[in-house]
Amino acid sequence: MKRISFFLLYLMMLSGNLFAQTSDPNYVPMADKMREDGKIWVVVLVVAIVFAGIAINMLRIDFKLKKIEKELNIK
Amino acid sequence: MRKIWWKILCIIIIFYVIVMGFMGPVPHLPILNETIRNTYFHVALWLAMTTLLLAAMIFSVKYLMSGKIQDDDVASELTKSAIFFGILGCMTGSAWANFSWGDPWPNDPKLNSAAVSLLIYLAYLLLRSSFEDEQRKARISAVYNIFAFAVFIPIIYILPRLTDSLHPGSGGNATFGSFDFDNNIRKVFYPAIIGYILMGMWLAELRIRIKVINRIREEELIVKNN
Repeated sequence: MKRISFFLLYLMMLSGNLFAQTSDPNYVPMADKMREDGKIWVVVLVVAIVFAGIAINMLRIDFKLKKIEKELNIK
Repeated sequence: MRKIWWKILCIIIIFYVIVMGFMGPVPHLPILNETIRNTYFHVALWLAMTTLLLAAMIFSVKYLMSGKIQDDDVASELTKSAIFFGILGCMTGSAWANFSWGDPWPNDPKLNSAAVSLLIYLAYLLLRSSFEDEQRKARISAVYNIFAFAVFIPIIYILPRLTDSLHPGSGGNATFGSFDFDNNIRKVFYPAIIGYILMGMWLAELRIRIKVINRIREEELIVKNN
């Protein structure tokens, strides 16, 4: 009996140990590792470059239209 | 509207949203995890769409009161950029839903009413393209546009809240405004809406200018032929 109770106690302690890892019930996994590495900046850079390309393209269309408007004398 | 400053402002705001959208602090929420950042890119799209449609409706009313064809140009092109945002909103929404709700198109009332409203506005484009006479086209589509907006607001913002929906703000779900929408999100979310609205205005403006150029070209051709 004594042995078994020790064994049970041991199991409980063991499981207590396991619970300790996720003890915080409000724990929500986020991509914090990626942020620590600074790798997220690679993503930001890529998206920013894509958007910069789109923006430059739109500005160019804008200027081209302005040229045509000048030729046609639109206010 | 041919000034450059608000276009530069649009670019700066969207760059700010891209950088802060990825790097800014966000609340830690279960299930959503990092995808809460989609608020800046997906939810803002819909609000920008609504604003553009409201502006388009105002210009339709203006056209009916003044009869100037320029007002109709503005209304139709604003509607087109709003539809563009709506299609992007549906696509980004299904991508997000696939990960958060486990289905690219769960039969959520908000999703279905978004699809219906998109169809209503696609019918607007169909209506526009089915008239030859410009004034007639403008008048009928302006009236349709007012009706479409009057349907759009209830089916997107009111009806889903009366039933069970996965979206925040309906069926007992809390709205974004109440508890999980903290000030860190606001700092990026509101600029994102403004940036998208400016972007939509820019797209519309380019198309309006092309329309005006085409009209003048046609008039010149008619004068030449006579």
